[in-house]
Amino acid sequence: MAARGGPPGGAGRLRHPPGATARPSTVLAYLIRRLTAVVVMLLIVTLATFAIFFMIPKLTGTDPALLFVGKQADPAAIEGIREKMGLSDPVLVQFWKFVEGLVAGRDYANGVDVTHCPAPCFGYSFRNEQEVWPVLTSRLPVTLSLAAGACLLWVIGGVAAGVVSALKRGSVWDRSAMSVALAGVSLPIYFTGLVSLAIFSYALDLINVDYEPLTQNPGKWFESLILPWITLAFLYAAMYARLTRATMLEILGEDYIRTARAKGLGEGVVIGKHAMRSTMTPILTILGLDLGALLGGAVLTETTFNLPGLGQGAVRAISDKDLPIILGVTLIAAFFIVIANLVVDLLYAVIDPRVRLS
Amino acid sequence: MTINQPELVAPRAPAGQFLAVRDLRVHFPTDDGLVKSVDGLSFTLDKGRTLGIVGESGSGKSVTSLAVMGLHTAGLHGNQVRARLSGEIWLDGKELLGSDPDEVRRLRGREMAMIFQDPLSALHPYFTIGHQIVEAYRVHNEVTRQAARKRAVELLDRVGIPQPDKRAKDYPHQFSGGMRQRVMIAMALVNNPELLIADEPTTALDVTVQAQILDLIRDLQKEFGSAVIIITHDLGVVAELADDILVMYAGRCVEKGPAEQVFTTPRHPYTWGLLGSMPRLDRERSDRLIPVKGSPPSLINVPSGCAFHPRCPYGERVGAVTRTEVPVLREVGPRHEAACHMAAEERSRVWTEEIAPKL
Repeated sequence: MAARGGPPGGAGRLRHPPGATARPSTVLAYLIRRLTAVVVMLLIVTLATFAIFFMIPKLTGTDPALLFVGKQADPAAIEGIREKMGLSDPVLVQFWKFVEGLVAGRDYANGVDVTHCPAPCFGYSFRNEQEVWPVLTSRLPVTLSLAAGACLLWVIGGVAAGVVSALKRGSVWDRSAMSVALAGVSLPIYFTGLVSLAIFSYALDLINVDYEPLTQNPGKWFESLILPWITLAFLYAAMYARLTRATMLEILGEDYIRTARAKGLGEGVVIGKHAMRSTMTPILTILGLDLGALLGGAVLTETTFNLPGLGQGAVRAISDKDLPIILGVTLIAAFFIVIANLVVDLLYAVIDPRVRLS
Repeated sequence: MTINQPELVAPRAPAGQFLAVRDLRVHFPTDDGLVKSVDGLSFTLDKGRTLGIVGESGSGKSVTSLAVMGLHTAGLHGNQVRARLSGEIWLDGKELLGSDPDEVRRLRGREMAMIFQDPLSALHPYFTIGHQIVEAYRVHNEVTRQAARKRAVELLDRVGIPQPDKRAKDYPHQFSGGMRQRVMIAMALVNNPELLIADEPTTALDVTVQAQILDLIRDLQKEFGSAVIIITHDLGVVAELADDILVMYAGRCVEKGPAEQVFTTPRHPYTWGLLGSMPRLDRERSDRLIPVKGSPPSLINVPSGCAFHPRCPYGERVGAVTRTEVPVLREVGPRHEAACHMAAEERSRVWTEEIAPKL
């Protein structure tokens, strides 16, 4: 689910009116406005996904209650479930109860028995009648581990390769690094992932890729994640190397770099401080958005390496027609993307003094 | 160290001159051919004096100033177009072109400093101006941050920025164009440079601010006693500031001399053209400006002979020599030289009879 977007308002070439120092009160007002927008946005996403996932079965004639109970159920049981899940209520009522469950938890009752689902209540899996929220929270750390480790690798690798390529433009290093980067961008994860699995896990038997949580066995956790980290980081590092190289080359042509040299600054300071400061701005922006998108689940990587993360959960839920899980993963992903956007916008105001929060 | 060691360095420093440029050539190899941006330029400049370098865009003015600053060779990465420089640049007894780049770097910003054309793009957008000036000071002086900060505020005050201690914390975009140029000037002067190069310092500014900035540069020069090179295409600016004028065309000097002489008795048709295209308030408004016909020549295929001949209205009077021979600088008055094939008497006559009355 790695949707890519440009930095808000273009990459660092903004011209803003003078006097753009934000006062604390305006920053607070801005934050409140943005957070309200985040809540509204999430409500809209919830409504849309809710509508799609709960309406479509109706339109196609599949009965959600039937999905929940199973194929060989007697009509009484189906009716009981329909009653308990509130599936015969009008859609808006169902939606309201769903949102209420998210915020405050809800009780499923059909007169005979009552099941309490604590907040945030995403409902129950059709497949195994587990609560959705614990399923999500058990999968989230896996995705988080994967994203964090890969991110560290690709930022260090990508930015370093990009900077060196820009400084040695046209050299053998530049050309080979950019060829590798082109390969990295073009090769899909299920290819690079399977190749690395075939070599390091099956053929050489060096790495055991069975996932174990960090809290239970840090060594095995690390071992199981090395290949996914590298595979995922390879893709992103390639993109970041190209972005860094292009940005750095553009920045090196700027007048203020010439000014820095005219001051008598050494090349280390000119590149490491003056040029890097400007180069990092668009990179941090993209990084925030990429990371936000990745936290919703790295579907291909998790599937390829059989990592029990959100992405893999989503894929399984889709093949199982497990609507509550799909809805849950979608909402989590949307949440991370919306929050990442907000963080990036805030970060932008911090790293670019010309940007004003208003 | 032996006492009677023979002199090893072949070219000697020119005596008594602070800055001496001799036969400077700056060529850029490109895919289309060799761009001869500067091709055999010589001039000298003493401390406390101002030299105005005048010419159209692409005549080699800025390339010359960057060569003096050593910025053609600084920070080249990979296979970027590498300028080919030859000739000599003597600054205070040191030859710069043959020096170790790191040695030239240490002179940059300390002994020679530069003010650039567009202060908005020449200042780093992400650092406060105080930080940028402090940085310029601390590269060359081992002082504490506080001391450097004090020095920066002092200079901001000197260049006329109100509330300098407060404004030092602002970013470039928070200043107006004129104020930004003052910041640039403060940054250039922070180490008391003995040579100050101002490359079109007023081009990007509002007309009302231009005069203030020129006044400031003149006052500061008097105060600091530095040598100043002012590069411009605006003869009004040099009239305002310069003691000497050097007119460049296609990478060469076509006329140079004391400002007074060049303005009152110019001896090169190109200088006449520049004077004719300068708006003046002390003339009748109904008179039209007379532009120099044609456009600046390609620096890859510089016209043969006198580079100005395709645009020169007097070329016919001289004959074929103008297309075959490059004219050399000849003395036409006290410290006044021009490079033209036309006979000196003829030029003198054309100026007084045909050109001067129309200006």
